[in-house]
Amino acid sequence: MKTNILKFFGSLALLFAFVISSVTANAGTKDDVTKKGSLNCGVSQGVPGFSNADASGKWTGIDVDMCRAVAAAVFGDANKVKYQPLSAKDRFEVLKSGQIDMLARNTTWTLSRDAGLALEFVGTNFYDGQGFIVRKAAKINSAKKLNNVKVCVETGTTTELNLRDYFKANNLKYEAVAFTKADEAVAAYDAGRCDVYTTDKSGLAAQRTKMKNPAEHTVLPETISKEPLGPVVRGDDQNWKDIASWSLYVMIEAEELGVSSKNIDSMKSTDNPNIKRLLGLEGDTGKSLGLAPEWAYNIIKQVGNYGEVYEKNVGANTPIGLARSGSPNQLWTKGGILYAPPVR
Amino acid sequence: MLINFIQWSKKSLFSNWWNSLITLFCIYLLFSIIPPFINWAILDATFSGKLKTDCTAGGACWVFISVWFEKLMYGFYPVEHIWRINLSFIIFIGTIGFSFFVREKYKLYILFFLIFIFPVIAFILIRGGFGLTIVETREWGGLALTFILAIFGIILSFPLGVLLALGRRSELPVIKYFCICFIETWRGIPLLTVLFAAAVMFPLLLPSGTFVDKLLRVAIGIAIFESAYVAEVVRGGLQSLPRGQYDAAKSIGMGYWQMNFFVVLPQAIKTVIPGITNTFIALLKDTPLIYLVGMAEILGIVNMAKANPYWLGMAVEGYVFAAIIFGVVSFILSSYSQKLEKKFSTENK
Repeated sequence: MKTNILKFFGSLALLFAFVISSVTANAGTKDDVTKKGSLNCGVSQGVPGFSNADASGKWTGIDVDMCRAVAAAVFGDANKVKYQPLSAKDRFEVLKSGQIDMLARNTTWTLSRDAGLALEFVGTNFYDGQGFIVRKAAKINSAKKLNNVKVCVETGTTTELNLRDYFKANNLKYEAVAFTKADEAVAAYDAGRCDVYTTDKSGLAAQRTKMKNPAEHTVLPETISKEPLGPVVRGDDQNWKDIASWSLYVMIEAEELGVSSKNIDSMKSTDNPNIKRLLGLEGDTGKSLGLAPEWAYNIIKQVGNYGEVYEKNVGANTPIGLARSGSPNQLWTKGGILYAPPVR
Repeated sequence: MLINFIQWSKKSLFSNWWNSLITLFCIYLLFSIIPPFINWAILDATFSGKLKTDCTAGGACWVFISVWFEKLMYGFYPVEHIWRINLSFIIFIGTIGFSFFVREKYKLYILFFLIFIFPVIAFILIRGGFGLTIVETREWGGLALTFILAIFGIILSFPLGVLLALGRRSELPVIKYFCICFIETWRGIPLLTVLFAAAVMFPLLLPSGTFVDKLLRVAIGIAIFESAYVAEVVRGGLQSLPRGQYDAAKSIGMGYWQMNFFVVLPQAIKTVIPGITNTFIALLKDTPLIYLVGMAEILGIVNMAKANPYWLGMAVEGYVFAAIIFGVVSFILSSYSQKLEKKFSTENK
């Protein structure tokens, strides 16, 4: 009888030890990802130009290329990514519970999210901001001249709050016509129910293509809010955060140095020490990140530099058609605010 | 014929001035809605092509549906394995079709097969294992996922609901109050909350590193949620039975389970077929809510497809297509239930 009880408690202890061990087996995110053989990347359920699937199931977009860059850095293969579409409402919890390794879902970097959620923003891969679109026929060329207008807007978003702040601060009058869905708000604007439609500028460009005659509308130059969009990782793994951050930085640095996916192999013969370091020919930048020496080469070769990624996904030749010059998403050397710390 | 029609319309459409007014108003509504819709959906529509730019006619762009058709049906399920989903549904439809032709006494076996064996076969076929390549539930989607969730929900929630209904009427206080609490709690929570709890909160409670598949969590959440509704519908049926049925069953020496399974439930369920069908149609129409926890059944795929930069502005086509699919499936469900109702109706014979 006594031995039976002992056996029972013994097996219980074993079971407990097993459960505990399965908890502590959770080492660094990079090791987990390497062991799994693929990067689980949280993306959107479809935001044009940022992350969207095509009819063959292939994902593209600026955020998707961020996932691909990290996969290229870790595995040397940008295609080892599993995309997990997430809604705006469950994205942070899914990241926190470990079901994804990083979140690249056009997420605005704010203080409350960074400090309040035990998460870490790794940088900004797109500087967005709220803007206005009006009919050219209205002859309005500045947001300062918007007075006594009807504005179509989505409810329950920060867009609506920014709109109120802007008109209050500038002492202008407006009437909000609110809708629950972007499609409805755009349709209402297009049908003439409002003089103005407002949302983030990247969204304005995409929504404009839905209008009956896109050429009749113009986006006003002002940007009334700051929406720095960037990838997010869990806050408990500094190494993983660094890998994600520097995957973004090398894409910006590569553009600044004039290295692209097309010329990278011919760049190998360069004498420029910055480029040599970037390509892993001089010094070992991968070592402190725990990556292979050619990690940055793999990112640039397989995904491209920031400029290539931008032009491919949201640039002037895509349906979204966001001109890059004059926007903040331009290198600091060309009047934008993209600035990567030195890769050395 | 014509005179009949005139007489009929005089009697039922224009019997007095306000009936005439309503009739005229309805005719006006039909005339202002139907011709533009037909123009848009058929006459001015584009049916063939590969790109959005092929749609120049000004009407609906059905090219959108044809290009995305595979995704709308199967989500991101790997193309080379789609036959596995198809086979599962053929087995399901085939079994139901087969049940029309077999004798009454074999039908119980078919029901047993559908409830206990078919889910296992379908799960292995669709998910993989036993030599088949594993397809993660992350890649499931489209109409197939709608059906998987609906069928799983129906198969699980029906027996569970029946048991809960019996439990709620049980004379044993522990079982009775447990069932009451269970039913009232689940009926008191919105489905959206259940989905969030299953998809988002549940993993936070598990030790890190242990995973229960997200789709499974959500499917179980939906099934339990619906079972509470099924239970209340079935309880309605149980209460409608006259006391004499119970007494008669007991008087010939039947035990609790025998009495319920052979006397009470067959009569009770028969009377609540319309109510149960209602619940199941509601279940089918609730499935798109899973979009909010990041899964893409047919409506989710429509949302995803219309966000592709090369297909912007196709929302109406996508939603109309999804509406037609949901309409057809709901119609099939309700006409099947009407057939069952007629078949089992003994009252007026």
